[in-house]
Amino acid sequence: MKILVCMKQVPQKDAPLKLNEAGTWIREDVSYEVNEPDAFALEEALRQKEKHTGEVVVLTAGPARAQQVLREALAKGADRAIHLEDAAFVGLDAYNTARAIAAAIKDEKFDLIFTGLQSDDYGYAQTGVILAQIQGWPHATIIMQIEKNEGGIRVKRELEAGFFQFVDMPLPAVLTIQSGINKLRYATLIGIKQAKTKPLRKVTMTEVQAAVGGNLQKIEKLYVPQKSKNTEFLEGPPAEVAKKLVEKLKNEVRVL
Amino acid sequence: MTDIILVVVEQREGKLNRVSWETITAGQAIAAQTGWTLEAAVVGSGVGTIAGEVAAKKVAKVYDIESAKLEPYTPDAFSHALKEFLTKHPAKVVLMPHTYQVRDFVPKLATSLHTTAVSDVIGCKYDGGKLLFTRQMFQGKFVADVSFAGAGPCFVTFQNGSFRADKVEAGASAAPVETVNVDVPDGVVRNKPQEVFKEAKQAVDLTQAEIIVSVGRGIKEQKNIELAKQLADALGGEIAASRPICDNGWLPMDRQIGSSGQTVAPKLYLALGISGAIQHIVGMKGAKSIVAINKDSEAPIFEIADYAVVGNLFDIVPPLIEEVKKAKG
Repeated sequence: MKILVCMKQVPQKDAPLKLNEAGTWIREDVSYEVNEPDAFALEEALRQKEKHTGEVVVLTAGPARAQQVLREALAKGADRAIHLEDAAFVGLDAYNTARAIAAAIKDEKFDLIFTGLQSDDYGYAQTGVILAQIQGWPHATIIMQIEKNEGGIRVKRELEAGFFQFVDMPLPAVLTIQSGINKLRYATLIGIKQAKTKPLRKVTMTEVQAAVGGNLQKIEKLYVPQKSKNTEFLEGPPAEVAKKLVEKLKNEVRVL
Repeated sequence: MTDIILVVVEQREGKLNRVSWETITAGQAIAAQTGWTLEAAVVGSGVGTIAGEVAAKKVAKVYDIESAKLEPYTPDAFSHALKEFLTKHPAKVVLMPHTYQVRDFVPKLATSLHTTAVSDVIGCKYDGGKLLFTRQMFQGKFVADVSFAGAGPCFVTFQNGSFRADKVEAGASAAPVETVNVDVPDGVVRNKPQEVFKEAKQAVDLTQAEIIVSVGRGIKEQKNIELAKQLADALGGEIAASRPICDNGWLPMDRQIGSSGQTVAPKLYLALGISGAIQHIVGMKGAKSIVAINKDSEAPIFEIADYAVVGNLFDIVPPLIEEVKKAKG
């Protein structure tokens, strides 16, 4: 099976984020990491390749710093990488991101495309599904298991509140992968070494520009949410804080 | 022609998903602000009863969009049916709840109409003739006001709990219901869904717990779960967790709170080392009191906490257990 994994670099989970001066985006001088569900998507692709043979290609869109995500994926066992390299890719909405990806892979023949189910920055949860529509392929979202069968694949979709559903579908297809579908591997030293020699194809904005249109959604303003609650901060040394909290639990929350 | 706001209510296996009332409330609020006309639709096979239920609310009209191919749910059939409907009945905005089912087909539907979906919205404003939708970003650390461009319709999906289901206005009289039969040709539906099932019978029903002590990534290691358990025991509550903890197998899946786990509203929800990602918040924001202990003062959990402690949970929880035991005598 030939599998494409779309991955994204996002700010680290506990990175302190600051707004830019215009109040439309964050300041970019933070630490980045791979978007968590995308790491699970990559792991699943590597496992499918180990079972059925084939090729795993990883792709990201973003400035030069995003190459780190691809290097790590190559070190873990991906065969080659595609980098849509331009800072402007960060500002595209989900529709345009999917159109740019589709343009960048137009000469490839994948059986499956994986994405994480959503990103930690925008949180659209849409790019994978849109990409399926552009490709004219079927899709399934929030996937927890993938088995090959006669007509294609059987996937396990996670539904809400502890429910699941198996879905049979033909290939090629797009799947959005849920965190926790598998256990992540670490890159080996030899893997890290080999990664340096694996092919990485760069795609410029100019090459895909024709496929991209104006954004259909625009962030007018990004800001810190207004508190809807009057939060009471309890301060002091731990023993004192513990006493204060128990007072609250007794007299205000009334659970003691 | 007046501008239309269309709410597509959600049904699964012929039953109305109650979260749809929140979306109708949102639609009524937007209608009041803009003066646009609010209509509703239900999509499925033999779902006329649901259309009737919705028609009792303050909406101008309800469409019952029918095809035998719409049961069971598939993204292909739902997308096809709504595209056909919206081509004949153009709407300015189309509102839906941000459920897993909606997430599964709306991006496809919007793309097939060359438009976009603003997803996981928590509020909206009508400002100088322009609709702005507020959505969380960066895992709830920021919110963004988002505007929409293009010919439309603009799809908007609302996060659970952003509008109140009990505020939905009833109509003076029942709204007219129009049945629209759509044609879903053979070959459109490619996926074959099987029966919906539950993995195992849930051992614990956290929805009944009065007190919940919940742990997140801040607990760091599996062995530290014991500390949280001791606190839960001292308080006479249940232990629960955010998703990553259950993914790691540190607590069983039936202890998970959030969109993919259980939704709870206890008297006390004590969050230990939980940052408060949206997917977790939607499962517990209905708690009567929320206590959050987290070392990151900017953790989004503090936005919804009643009592907040910024600090290391490993310093605070041991004396807290002692104080609770003392208070209980």
